[in-house]
Amino acid sequence: MTTTVPEKHPGSGPPGPQPDERLVRSSPWKKLLGRPELGSVVGAIAVFLFFSIIADSFLQASSLATVLYASSTLGIMAVPVALLMIGGEFDLSAGVLVTSSALVSSMFSYQMTANTWVGVGVSLLVTLAIGVFNGVMLTRTKLPSFIITLGTFLMLTGMNLGFTKLISGTVSTKSIADMEGFSSAKDVFASTFTIGGVDFKITIIWWLALVLVATWILLRTRVGNWIFAVGGDVDAARAVGVPVNKTKIGLYMGVAFGAWISGQHLLFSYDVVQSGEGVGNELIYIVAAVIGGCLITGGYGSAVGAAIGALIFGMTSKGIVFAEWNSDWFKFFLGAMLLLATLLNAWVRKRAEASK
Amino acid sequence: MTEDRAPLVELDGVSKYYGNIRALEDVSLVVNAGEISCVLGDNGAGKSTLIKIIAGLHQHDAGSFRIEGEETKLSNPRQALDLGIATVYQDLAVVPLMPVWRNFFLGSEPTKGKGPFRRMDVDLMRRTTRTELLRMGIDLRDVDQPIGTLSGGERQCVAIARAVYFGAKVLVLDEPTAALGVKQSGVVLKYVAAARDAGLGVVLITHNPHHAYLVGDRFVLLKRGAMFGSHAREEITLDELTRQMAGGSELDDLRHELERAPVPTHLGGHTPDGTEK
Repeated sequence: MTTTVPEKHPGSGPPGPQPDERLVRSSPWKKLLGRPELGSVVGAIAVFLFFSIIADSFLQASSLATVLYASSTLGIMAVPVALLMIGGEFDLSAGVLVTSSALVSSMFSYQMTANTWVGVGVSLLVTLAIGVFNGVMLTRTKLPSFIITLGTFLMLTGMNLGFTKLISGTVSTKSIADMEGFSSAKDVFASTFTIGGVDFKITIIWWLALVLVATWILLRTRVGNWIFAVGGDVDAARAVGVPVNKTKIGLYMGVAFGAWISGQHLLFSYDVVQSGEGVGNELIYIVAAVIGGCLITGGYGSAVGAAIGALIFGMTSKGIVFAEWNSDWFKFFLGAMLLLATLLNAWVRKRAEASK
Repeated sequence: MTEDRAPLVELDGVSKYYGNIRALEDVSLVVNAGEISCVLGDNGAGKSTLIKIIAGLHQHDAGSFRIEGEETKLSNPRQALDLGIATVYQDLAVVPLMPVWRNFFLGSEPTKGKGPFRRMDVDLMRRTTRTELLRMGIDLRDVDQPIGTLSGGERQCVAIARAVYFGAKVLVLDEPTAALGVKQSGVVLKYVAAARDAGLGVVLITHNPHHAYLVGDRFVLLKRGAMFGSHAREEITLDELTRQMAGGSELDDLRHELERAPVPTHLGGHTPDGTEK
């Protein structure tokens, strides 16, 4: 905040684009402190060092590939969820939507004896439609997204189980492994590639691609400007002509798109889907986004931060295994990390803004 | 100003009713290019209703509303904007956590590139924000700082500079100095004057006659929805303006009343027989 008022007139000030003497105070270090990702980067380094020391096998290349795989499956969802949170909304249905997406794909292909790619396509349409439903309900009713998506969450949970039992007779779908197009779809959604003798899962590529696209949208496009605006101050955004409703519906479609990728990965890595899966994951996505620096009230955050949040999750969940600890401690670590990261973020942001 | 050209905005005998409530009656106002017309009035005097008619949020029920000589009835704020009437409200329509340059262009971002590579012209946005603010005399240290870290006066100025940049011919300012200290108010008034010098017509809504008199060319006084004074600057002194604003003889009545008024019982006064209620 300034206490002095600039008194310069256009004519009397220093001519031309002379560097402003007050800019000197804003050092690169301050710039760094102002980044939303900072808390998560510090957290990620701390977690990495911790498990590097505790668990001997943590630093092996194959272990890192495992960590990245665990991070990517979360990250694919954490990134669009982060964008939605920057836009000021929640999606509690995101976790079960992944399962719904896999179920639709699997059951459509099986029941229609169609090429699995047809099922994949139908699944994309259905999943996006659910995203649109969330967005339209939110913008039409003006109810809090917490309530709307809690409703969708419960309905989807019920429908996942109900429809699967109705159609397959059990709580899991029939195997589609021998169906046409399965192997090519598996290549796209659940294959493995080798770099330097280490096997990496293809979800890592999807994850990184999503981070790049989301960052591009957020920082360099008009839509990105609108996402920050609708999350930061929805009335102000509307007053200057930002299409608020379209932006929010688009964000829910983004989450649905992430759920579709995750769902197809789930289906094509195991060829059957358990209809009760996914419950509780929605909170993990939100936690990853918050650890990554997203403000819970919207208007602030980054896709890279959410990806690093997911990486922290991946390192912790696998690090505990490598350290040969009881995996019951995982949730405890997550909770502690969430609190620490949020406190750190709040502290950093306060400092960064006060020092300007 | 040139007398042969029609005023940018002219209200003549404009009235507005909400049901049977008279919000505004027979109000006239002229806004010329390069002039500042002040609208003064106490709370509930009808200032907001007047703004809403000029900004296109409400339609007037009687009288005539001319923009550059043409009779108009605005149906929405977009139409007002397209005709060059920009309104800067008290809440400013800025998003506090966003950088100044993102706020400056919010909703009208310039783009370059095609298809999936269509992107905001960030360099142009940063540069324009800086030069436009400088042109208004605002020397920002860093256009990347969140606009919430600016002072109230600076934020007001950014909102004004934005309206000017996006081609406003008429600037409607709703109480721009209401929440500001003396120094900040001075800064804002300086930018209002800068907008005037840039050839804009300005409508300055305020309840502060001192601020109005510093920059105003004409003054319209509103009271309870009606116009009770309309003066050109040379016709009136600050003292007279302040007296009229304060209600003149009404103020004397009020002073008289306050001296005599017995303390109400619910505020700790006593009932006539002396017992506590």
